[in-house]
Amino acid sequence: MAKTMNVLLAGFGGQGILFAGKTIAYSALMDGKELSWLPSYGPEMRGGTCNCSVVVSDEPIGSPLVTAPDVLVAMNLPSLDKFVNAVVPGGTILVDSSMINKKVERTDVNVYYVDATKIADENNMHSCAIIILIGKMFKELGFCSKEALDAGIRKCIPAKKAAMLDLNLKALEIGQNS
Amino acid sequence: MAEKVLMKGNEALAEAAIQCGCKHYFGYPITPQTEVAAYMSKRLPKEGGVFLQAESEIAAVNMVLGATSAGVRAMTSSSSPGISLKSEGVSYIGGSDLPALIINVQRGGPGLGGIQPSQSDYWQATKALGHGDFQLFVLAPSTIQEMVDFVSLAYEVGEKYRVPAMILSDGMLGQMMEPVEFPTKKDGGAEKPWATNGHQNKRKKNIINSLYIQPEELENLIRERYQRYEQIKANEQRAEEFMMEDAEYVVVAFGASSRVSRSAVMQARAEGIKAGLIRPITLWPFPEKFIKKSIPNTKKYLCVEMNMGQMVDDVKLVVNGEREVGFFGRTGGVIPTPAEVLDQIRKMAGKEN
Repeated sequence: MAKTMNVLLAGFGGQGILFAGKTIAYSALMDGKELSWLPSYGPEMRGGTCNCSVVVSDEPIGSPLVTAPDVLVAMNLPSLDKFVNAVVPGGTILVDSSMINKKVERTDVNVYYVDATKIADENNMHSCAIIILIGKMFKELGFCSKEALDAGIRKCIPAKKAAMLDLNLKALEIGQNS
Repeated sequence: MAEKVLMKGNEALAEAAIQCGCKHYFGYPITPQTEVAAYMSKRLPKEGGVFLQAESEIAAVNMVLGATSAGVRAMTSSSSPGISLKSEGVSYIGGSDLPALIINVQRGGPGLGGIQPSQSDYWQATKALGHGDFQLFVLAPSTIQEMVDFVSLAYEVGEKYRVPAMILSDGMLGQMMEPVEFPTKKDGGAEKPWATNGHQNKRKKNIINSLYIQPEELENLIRERYQRYEQIKANEQRAEEFMMEDAEYVVVAFGASSRVSRSAVMQARAEGIKAGLIRPITLWPFPEKFIKKSIPNTKKYLCVEMNMGQMVDDVKLVVNGEREVGFFGRTGGVIPTPAEVLDQIRKMAGKEN
């Protein structure tokens, strides 16, 4: 992994964009890395657009606002259209192909298409589509250790919602096998 | 030191205040600082403290005036339009020689402005947050860890010199998360022999007041206060110097814009430009010593701010015409990008491409 990884997660409010950002952030924390997590905030609501910048680095982090992502996770078409050209050459784009019926035209980036929302629905884990993509991202980029990834997601789920933990761990597993 | 945790800047501010013994919070919700109040409402009652959502910002700041008069650590927080409302009470706190912690998580202005991050309250915080001859001790954090560390610094310096202190944050720092660690618990602060907390017939009564009808009396009081300000200027200037050892092109930026500038300075260095960054940590007192020290080796300065150019005036005052001082800013809630700042550094160094 490069010294600094700039991740941008984008989609609709309610798709777990900020939560997924948190799982990456906590995984980085478990690995003892520097990190920042910055949500878009404002009049967004369920169904509105939402994005989240996560920076993971071995060094103190400068700007926490990701304008040139190394990794883009796109959960809907408006988000892909908006950010596809911002991704750095050689970067990675993860696309939820259940939500986005379009191929990336750029040839200088690595694109992975996962039917995440459909797979999540089939497995009765409706809110976990983006976690499937995080699993895929882990498989392709290995952005942290496996232990840190699991520990990170445990940190993100409060004890009151323990039932969600198994679903999320399963979603990560599915992502890693897709 | 405890284990590192991930926290939003606003929550970190609130937790740090609680750990500094602040048991009295008075506030009113406004984006993007509402998490400070929300966190306080959850935690303070469990700590045996008072969380009170006032009927307005004006009421909240006057509750702080009352609480701090009694010698306890108190705090209020708001965002730009709400801070303007608080200005009357802040002036009374300053005029009564009281410490207090006021937090501004800045958003775009003027008027209701916007809700995205901004630094356009620099002038207000450092020159005139309220009427009259007075100053606040103003700190500008640039990381979530500093949001924590500066709370205790603000209380300590404020109590030492009996001046109100402000943490000038912004929507970006308020909303973002970074790992933080909290220092082990501290005491509730300095002795306060001036506090109106009940004399129990054991001492002369204390009076907290900002009204002086006799001009000479008021003048003497203000002169005494300005002597304390001189001490603050002498003892409390703080700034971070980044890559300044051999820097010829110096960026000056605080808070959120300093983070963007830091990325740009590193990129400029990679291109062979001898760039450096001075990051004012205290905005008042302005870290004149750090700027002055840098003048001999500096060819040009560039101020980067999230406003139309406010701190640049203070830099020009120190540089006093000896070097060119440029400015680059975005405003209205727009965060400059490292690429934009890098372009400005290239121009400053005569290396446009």
